[in-house]
Amino acid sequence: MDYSQFLVMKQEICLLVLFLLVFLNDTFLPRKAQSGIGLITCILFAVFTLGGFCPAMMPDGVAVAFSGMYETSPVIFAIKNILNIGVFIVLIQSLRWNSSEKQTMRRGEFYELLLITLFGMYLMISARHFLLFIIGLETASLPLAAMVAFDKHRYESHEAAVKYILTAVFSSAVIMMGLSFVYGMTGSLYFSGISGSIAIGNAPIVPLVIALAFVIAGMGFKLSLVPFHLWTGDVYQGAPTSVTSYLSVISKGSAAFAFLVILWQVFGSVYADAWEWMLYALIVLTITIGNLFAIRQRNMKRFLAFSSVSQAGYIMLGIIAYNAMGMAALMYYILVYIFSNLAAFGVIGAIENKTGKVSMDDYNGLYKTNPRLAVTMMLAMFSLAGIPPFAGFFSKFFIFTSAINQGSVAIYVLVLIALINTIVSLYYYLLVVKAMFIKTEEECTIATFRSALSERVGMWICLAGILGLGIVSFFYDSLLTISGC
Amino acid sequence: MEITMIYYLIPSLIMFCCGVYGFITRKNMIAMLISLELMLNAVDINFVVFNRYLYPEAMEGMFFTLFAIAIAAAETALAIAIIINVFRAAKNIDVAHLTQMKH
Repeated sequence: MDYSQFLVMKQEICLLVLFLLVFLNDTFLPRKAQSGIGLITCILFAVFTLGGFCPAMMPDGVAVAFSGMYETSPVIFAIKNILNIGVFIVLIQSLRWNSSEKQTMRRGEFYELLLITLFGMYLMISARHFLLFIIGLETASLPLAAMVAFDKHRYESHEAAVKYILTAVFSSAVIMMGLSFVYGMTGSLYFSGISGSIAIGNAPIVPLVIALAFVIAGMGFKLSLVPFHLWTGDVYQGAPTSVTSYLSVISKGSAAFAFLVILWQVFGSVYADAWEWMLYALIVLTITIGNLFAIRQRNMKRFLAFSSVSQAGYIMLGIIAYNAMGMAALMYYILVYIFSNLAAFGVIGAIENKTGKVSMDDYNGLYKTNPRLAVTMMLAMFSLAGIPPFAGFFSKFFIFTSAINQGSVAIYVLVLIALINTIVSLYYYLLVVKAMFIKTEEECTIATFRSALSERVGMWICLAGILGLGIVSFFYDSLLTISGC
Repeated sequence: MEITMIYYLIPSLIMFCCGVYGFITRKNMIAMLISLELMLNAVDINFVVFNRYLYPEAMEGMFFTLFAIAIAAAETALAIAIIINVFRAAKNIDVAHLTQMKH
């Protein structure tokens, strides 16, 4: 065996080393020094994230390992870097929550679980063989269930964890059932082997559509697409806020990239016959129902859960537009989504840490008591809704443009429906802004307070992203160059 | 009588459907977990049978099954740990009672 092929997986190996360092720190450092473990992890991860941007790490072209099971390329590398940025912000935002008294016993475990789920997501994105893909998927989703159950003193956390683990196992069983039929028809589990076998007509179309429906349904659970979204609201509401933010941006983003690779690289040749209409139906349902449910939510975390369901629909729009521009638009969309959503969760987390309040009614008149938090929240909402000067507008614009480039009438209708839904989403995002800025007649229940340094740093980074990513064209241009346009 | 592939595939399909049915209808969390195991094992049977009958020259399906069994074990262990936590918090493992976050 040629051991030098491990060098292809540079990012994975660096992440594993990081994980081991944190683990050893957690195990062997004296009890008193352990309170600094969050800061140590943050610093190590910052070094790792920055290291990802230095050209020496970057692969020159497509590189494979383990006879094609694992693949890396500049695009995959960039995707992992985007995820790293998000994880870094989540780590900073979790510092305050994790340094509380209640977490003393299991402070380090949070970081270990988080890093190992990230490792699973890396594998999921890089996998070119379904065995490696399933291993990555499970490595990503099982520790997450433990993270959802992390607040042992809160009942909601347990309820959310049970719902998460049962749906996660159910969805992976459904995916594997679909894969078993694909394997039976094509005789291979390599992405290239399956697509080659489908292209020469080895797989009859009807069983292939059934198998594909299983795979799409299973991935739909992970991405929380309607009608597989029922776990989302409860899990997002019950999980600790740091875990919710991780679930909503990083887990969703990595699943979207993996889904894109599976759909196009494996089943790309039967796009028009087999799954075009499935995705159309899923996108329309996801965007519309996600929006309609978000309108009536009063709990902020649950509200963002349904907003993220509808955002997943827009992400799927980027998946359906599979060309170099679509790839760049999808990466850009997820990057912007990371910054906007994490800004919103940063504000929610800061308020929850201080006062324990997560209801939208408590935000009434927040501008009078905590103007900075209110403005941050407002910018995040504007960016999520897609109001022009902010990054969210440009990301939606690029996604729509790349989808329209497909050129069929059906996709025009699809983009039109998505556009109309953007206006609906504007309504409920502005409800939050209205509560903070206009409903000032009654006394605000949240007193004036100063959030912790780590929380402020996290919010500043997010704000810089929201304001800068859209206006500075460098970011989108470099993503376009990477994806080969 | 020769035993062909279909004699394995039909039972595995029935197992899978029973699993889905049980997952949806059962209210006890342990019973739901058992239903999930049925589904996962149906997948394992499928892979082994396809490998043995259709593609005996390579072992891909068998290896997938081995890994799938390990993954299923990990999933069960974690799920039971979480269910024990729920039992401690709510003194009950009936899903009909887990409705605190409905709105």
